[in-house]
Amino acid sequence: MTLVYALLGVVLAPFAGILVAGFDRILTAKFQSRTGPPLLQPLYDIAKLWAKEPMIAHRFQPLCVYIYLAAAMVSVALFFAQSDLLLIFFVQAVGAIFLVIGAFLVPSPFSQAGANRELIQILTYEPLIIIVLAGIYLTTGSFNISAIYAMDKPLLINLPLLFIVFGYALTIKLRKSPFDISASHHAHQELVRGVLTEYSGRMLALIELAHLYETILILGLCSLFWTTSIWGMVVLLALTYLIEIVVDNISARMSFRWMLKSVWTTGLALSAINLIWLYSGGRF
Amino acid sequence: MLKKIVEHSQIKSPWLVHYDCGSCNGCDIETLACLTPLYDVERFGVLNIGNPKHADVLIVTGTVNKRNKKVLKQIYDQMPSPKIVIAIGACGLSGGIFREAYNVVGGVDKVIPVDVYVPGCPAKPEAIIDGVVEGLAKLSEIQKAGKPKKEAIAS
Repeated sequence: MTLVYALLGVVLAPFAGILVAGFDRILTAKFQSRTGPPLLQPLYDIAKLWAKEPMIAHRFQPLCVYIYLAAAMVSVALFFAQSDLLLIFFVQAVGAIFLVIGAFLVPSPFSQAGANRELIQILTYEPLIIIVLAGIYLTTGSFNISAIYAMDKPLLINLPLLFIVFGYALTIKLRKSPFDISASHHAHQELVRGVLTEYSGRMLALIELAHLYETILILGLCSLFWTTSIWGMVVLLALTYLIEIVVDNISARMSFRWMLKSVWTTGLALSAINLIWLYSGGRF
Repeated sequence: MLKKIVEHSQIKSPWLVHYDCGSCNGCDIETLACLTPLYDVERFGVLNIGNPKHADVLIVTGTVNKRNKKVLKQIYDQMPSPKIVIAIGACGLSGGIFREAYNVVGGVDKVIPVDVYVPGCPAKPEAIIDGVVEGLAKLSEIQKAGKPKKEAIAS
């Protein structure tokens, strides 16, 4: 049964991801008083990139892209199979590193700068996610997702501050402002496309696909904070994503030093408070 | 079926790279004006992407001179096909008032094959959007003819 769930997740996740990304772009356009692209625009982009003439900048780059995609798919499959949270997290981390390695292979300065920044982004959000997972462990007594579903109260009640911390990681992972420092759409002169500069055509299509998987994975992790009712889960996800889009639209792109300082200080402080509170037995 | 989706997508998702070959900035400002809420070219899936390796449409403004023709050629070569080139403004079309200058090569088509010419000094944003739409129509004609895209566009 878990295998069926895992397969279903892997097959359906890209479609859900396309809808989420398309909705994101339309809503962003509305905020800027524009009409925006059609809902299926991410699908058009990926299909178009897939049919472009191949231009490989380095012979190991395709391998890096395949591993990135495979890691994203496996982590989504593990998530839908209700597996171990730490396992999901480490599989996803391996993929993220291979994207950076692929960008480092090419001596282009934009690719190098983007790869460096991507590494710092990974360095920023990974400890936070680990702490969030530790908080989940302290609450449920297990790293398994099925243990969260066995709870009779939503996690959010015990981990409100850790949810905010998770929001920081979500923003970095979704490449949204103010943390879109490694592969911004808008930093043409500064970065070109940062870590994605030297990937093109089919490779870029696969990276976009992997990014859809990662979006679904991270939204899935977000949904674990309200597992007791389906409506609670939907409302929580919709609200979180709406706040993500609003923050993306109202904030500028900041430097990596600012990101490291602000995310680690607020993130670590908030999680320390939440963890101490949990440890001292403050549960509802 | 899959081929149809891909062909439809190529029409629906043109990503632009904009190269200024020494224009007076008139055409550049009008080109970037297309991205503003008033014209909003993202309706057609157009993104200003700034990276030739990701782009489908090369928009060139200004006269080509002996210094920057190599750069123009290089940007064109870095773009994976299928790709279309749109020359914008009087200078991009023929060299404009700088045509007789000693350092000017002439229009963009002296260096790379141009698919659509958008006249004007400067070209209006409406004309530029119309030029992109014309370019996409040309791309779909090429798809229908079933010719190998690279040669067909380069000719």
